[in-house]
Amino acid sequence: MSSVVKPSRAVHRRLTFDRVSLMVVFLGVPVALYLVFVLYPFTQAAWYSLTSWSGFTSTQEFIGFDNYAKLAGDPLFLKSVGNSLVLLLVVPALTLVLSFALACLLTFGGSSTGAVRGLGGSSFYRVVSFFPYVVPAIVVSIIFGRVYDPSAGLLNGILTGLGIDRAASFAWLGEPSTAKAATIVVIVWAFVGFYMVLFVAAIRGIPAEVFEAARIDGAGRFRTAVSIAVPGVGSAVRTAYVYLGIFALDAFVFLAGLEPDGGPANSTLVITQEIFRTAFKDGRFGLACAMGVVLAVLSFLFTGIVFGVGRLLARRSGEVAR
Amino acid sequence: MSAVTTARTRSASTAPGAGRGPSGERAVTVGSHTVLGIWSLIVLLPFAWTVVSSFKTTREIFASPFSLPERWQFVNYVNAWRTAGIGSYFLNSVVVVGCALVLTMLMGAMSAYVLARFSFRGRGVLRFLIVAGLTFPVFLAVVPLFFILRQMGILNTLPGLILTYATYAYPFTVFFLMSFFEELPGEIAEAASIDGASEWRTFFQVMLPMAGPGLAAVAILNFVGLWNQYLLPVVLNSNRDNYVLTQGLGAFASASGYDVDFGALFAGSVTTILPVLLVYLVFQRRLQGAVAAGGLK
Repeated sequence: MSSVVKPSRAVHRRLTFDRVSLMVVFLGVPVALYLVFVLYPFTQAAWYSLTSWSGFTSTQEFIGFDNYAKLAGDPLFLKSVGNSLVLLLVVPALTLVLSFALACLLTFGGSSTGAVRGLGGSSFYRVVSFFPYVVPAIVVSIIFGRVYDPSAGLLNGILTGLGIDRAASFAWLGEPSTAKAATIVVIVWAFVGFYMVLFVAAIRGIPAEVFEAARIDGAGRFRTAVSIAVPGVGSAVRTAYVYLGIFALDAFVFLAGLEPDGGPANSTLVITQEIFRTAFKDGRFGLACAMGVVLAVLSFLFTGIVFGVGRLLARRSGEVAR
Repeated sequence: MSAVTTARTRSASTAPGAGRGPSGERAVTVGSHTVLGIWSLIVLLPFAWTVVSSFKTTREIFASPFSLPERWQFVNYVNAWRTAGIGSYFLNSVVVVGCALVLTMLMGAMSAYVLARFSFRGRGVLRFLIVAGLTFPVFLAVVPLFFILRQMGILNTLPGLILTYATYAYPFTVFFLMSFFEELPGEIAEAASIDGASEWRTFFQVMLPMAGPGLAAVAILNFVGLWNQYLLPVVLNSNRDNYVLTQGLGAFASASGYDVDFGALFAGSVTTILPVLLVYLVFQRRLQGAVAAGGLK
């Protein structure tokens, strides 16, 4: 891996008590804790997933892949997987498109006579947009639970104020047709500002001359965004996509606040809620661990696909240029 | 870069875009401000509404979403603080997040220092193991973690929560700080050792202060992350007396269904947001800088 990132900087001297004691304390103690609390549980989960353990017996009975077979035939679990996959596809796409568009407006949405400049007051927009990211997600979802309230909520208040009477007592979170979309809106809302800040930094990292050149050649702003900013932030997009995807597969916090019971007709039930219920309410820990493994496999597949496709695209665009 | 060249050659032949005169420029600027202004409103409105609602009586809350409170009163805050237990949850949060933050920063800085500046057998493996911890879904680990803590007798205790918080923030902290330590000039450490300083003294008195800006950035990111943590306390801390703020508020919101004291719920939300909001407003430049630097790696 990256064992010798900067070999010239690393010190290589003989072992003294001073050095050895430092390494043992600085590395040994934290890594030991890290192994016990973080890495060991992951491997244990894989083992428990092959047992019928309920958590109350001292021994775990090995049952092979029975848990996985059970999950494959469990319509509720499959439904939760489906819902999680919808989140996985929709949340990152919406968040990235929206945050990229806002970042473009901030960085080159201003007047472009003379040097390419950002928008005046851009720091205000950045501070405001980033704000939801620092608010605890559970609070965001509690607030939006109230915003969506059929009779006393902010959303229906605004809609009826605009003359849309049909919204008078519409239960956004209580209707199977809108519950999932309403949930996705909240998650996207909470994350756009964070990725906007990321993209602003990435776009500012593109040399100013490139923008100048594009402008002189007569490229409009949309053209600039598509042809210069998009390739310029490519690697940031890939990282962001992976983070967002892994997060969307989790999404537990938001749903715990918005739809703790899986929503109308289980339309918003996600894998993590199923894991939580199976483990800590039903006491079927083996089965819950199998669900956890499915979740992990999904995230690894997703990460692999994003990075694989990214590499493929990079290679193709390189060939086209040649 | 290659895509840029093709874009340039292609767009050079097209006529300059419409609306490139001074008035067109102004229209674009106004348009950008309008879109960003609407977005800011969408972000701020729910919070503003929450703050206003936290001063209303439950009857006022249900009468109209827009009405201002007849009398701005703090009774909701008193109720949230006392009846809903937000006061003691707040204290638990401060203790848990404070201790975990100190612990993870200390462990993270120490490990990052050794991993960045010492070369030894197995360094690559360790680096890999630590970065790997960032990519696993935490949900896979929580079930076994529950039993590990129970076996150690620290399930449902604040120390148990502190240790878990610190160890789950550890890989991120190490990952982030390694690059800071790698970039510190080696000459200064050498000078310190020639002057007879031990390795320990070199770290605490020379290298750690020099990594100050990096430490501060990571500490702020960690503070926000730990303060907002929800899953770990919900799973590992079911003793009501030890609830942290996010967990307590979540329980309060879902506990009594339609009997929820909505005024107190709004007040509790404001109370939970306020500390992170203050930290954010004071350090927003540094926090956004850290996010931008971390995200591009």
